[in-house]
Amino acid sequence: MNLTLKVWRQAGPESEGSMQTIEAEGISEDASFLEMLDVVNERIVEEGGDPIHFDHDCREGICGACSLTINGVPHSKQQGITTCQLHMRKFRDGDTIWIEPFRARAFPVMKDLMVDRSSFDRIIAAGGYIDVRTGSAVDANSVPIPKEDADSAFDSAACIGCGACVAACKNASAMLFVGAKASHLNKLPQGQVQKDERVLGMVRQMDAEGFGNCTNQYECEAVCPKEISADVIGKLNRDYVAATVKEAVK
Amino acid sequence: MEIREKSGNYCLKFYLHGTRLASGFVRNIKQAMVSLIQPVISFWNSSIGKKILVALSGAFLVFFLIGHLAGNLLVFTGRGALNDYAQFLHEMGHGKGVWIFRIGLLVALVLHIAATVALTRQNRSAKGSQYAHNATMRASRSSKIMIWSGLIVLAFLVFHIFHFTIRVNPELADMADPAQPERHDVWGMVIKGFENPLVSLFYIVALTLLCSHLSHGIASMFQTLGLRTGKTKDASKIIGIALAVALWLGFISIPVAVMTGLLKADSSGYSDTKASVIEAQIAKQ
Ligand code: HEM
Ligand code: FES
Repeated sequence: MNLTLKVWRQAGPESEGSMQTIEAEGISEDASFLEMLDVVNERIVEEGGDPIHFDHDCREGICGACSLTINGVPHSKQQGITTCQLHMRKFRDGDTIWIEPFRARAFPVMKDLMVDRSSFDRIIAAGGYIDVRTGSAVDANSVPIPKEDADSAFDSAACIGCGACVAACKNASAMLFVGAKASHLNKLPQGQVQKDERVLGMVRQMDAEGFGNCTNQYECEAVCPKEISADVIGKLNRDYVAATVKEAVK
Repeated sequence: MEIREKSGNYCLKFYLHGTRLASGFVRNIKQAMVSLIQPVISFWNSSIGKKILVALSGAFLVFFLIGHLAGNLLVFTGRGALNDYAQFLHEMGHGKGVWIFRIGLLVALVLHIAATVALTRQNRSAKGSQYAHNATMRASRSSKIMIWSGLIVLAFLVFHIFHFTIRVNPELADMADPAQPERHDVWGMVIKGFENPLVSLFYIVALTLLCSHLSHGIASMFQTLGLRTGKTKDASKIIGIALAVALWLGFISIPVAVMTGLLKADSSGYSDTKASVIEAQIAKQ
């Protein structure tokens, strides 16, 4: 199939970027989206040009490295998948495809389609962990956890930290990510001890990184490759109020 | 050296003790203020904190709207009922009640606007650059125009207060209830006010935008306050839309009834002006 790509090109973090039109010819329907970019890049390199830079690693939807906003939607309009799991058969011959980086002030563009998502790492470092003795492994089921809690903690833990939620949000809010990471631990007995400091720490770091505020439109939920529910945002709001009140009177 | 120290000792001790007590007291007050104000400031500075203030002030305004509508609908039961109600509002708590409500509403509105304007500005700067090709998956139209529907409702509120509360138009301000001429004829004023098609049109447009604002706002409120869960999410959406539509229908029913002639001033025409009623009474005596 033959496609017209409109790709964001930006030489470096400080440079001005712009959309560039690139023709992609002879692409197999069975190729993945990233393989399509590989083919295009090979031709660009052969012609002595600068290949399109984009992030990727596992290419099987588990690492959270790949990004790309495709026709205005992070990871494309296909629900529940990452860009690396998208196949060219979802497009039609002759289509024009817009490919842009994940946009948010807290995700500065490094080059072309690569963005710096280390702000997420700093949010995790501000509370997205449990302090435990890491000696010998404890027996399985030594701490009984209700099935419902285990399931919902697991749903939150499915977050791969790709940042699509931020990229989809018109406010560049990171509430779905922070909500998922906080409720993953806050729902388990092991996470209770540090629950309040976790919520306060992560929300404060989120604000300090310059992410926006949720306006409850749930675009994040719609694009999340792991289909994490915006329920985690409601829980984060609830936990934040409780932690704030406790901190004020302590 | 020793003598000087000893002679001044008592005075100095007494003085120092006093200042220490006083400065200790001041320090305690300062500490108390800091421990009170600090959490409030950091709550305001946080993203979630401001959102919670928006939701609480929004909830307060919604409750007010429900009460306001219930009162307004008395217009359909006739002059006496609406004017009795208006008189009650102005006289409750020896005339202080209405001011307590007004101040409460003003505080809620100022908080709501200050927080939403601050949030909207932060959000625009957090996004930075926009996509060349923009698309949304499920955001409703109402949710995209919240700041604009809100600001137009604000413009309407200012007009509405000058129109029916302060009554800058002497024709509306001067109307007396024929049965009890010492009180204002609110019923006549409402009908006369809405007979102006421009006034009715602006009212209907503003309330339609308010309906849009609330169809997203009320459901949002549940989420912001942490009340939206897997179990309650459908209910919160339905309550939001149902309440928004019910308020819209209720409020616009009044100008619509006046414009279509369903609601008319009675055969004696408009209530007469206060002056003319009193003149007539004097003439009778
Ligand atoms: C009768 C007057 C009003 C009522 C009853 C009302 C009600 C509400 C409610 C219930 C919310 C949802 C709170 C939440 O997000 O949790 C809201 C949000 C909002 N309101 Fe109002 N509001 C009113 C007037 C205004 C005005 C005058 C403005 C103008 C600045 C405004 C701007 C906003 C904005 C920007 C939001 C945030 C929307 C979002 O998060 O997407 N509102 N309002
Ligand atoms: S490359 Fe790992 S999730 Fe896409």
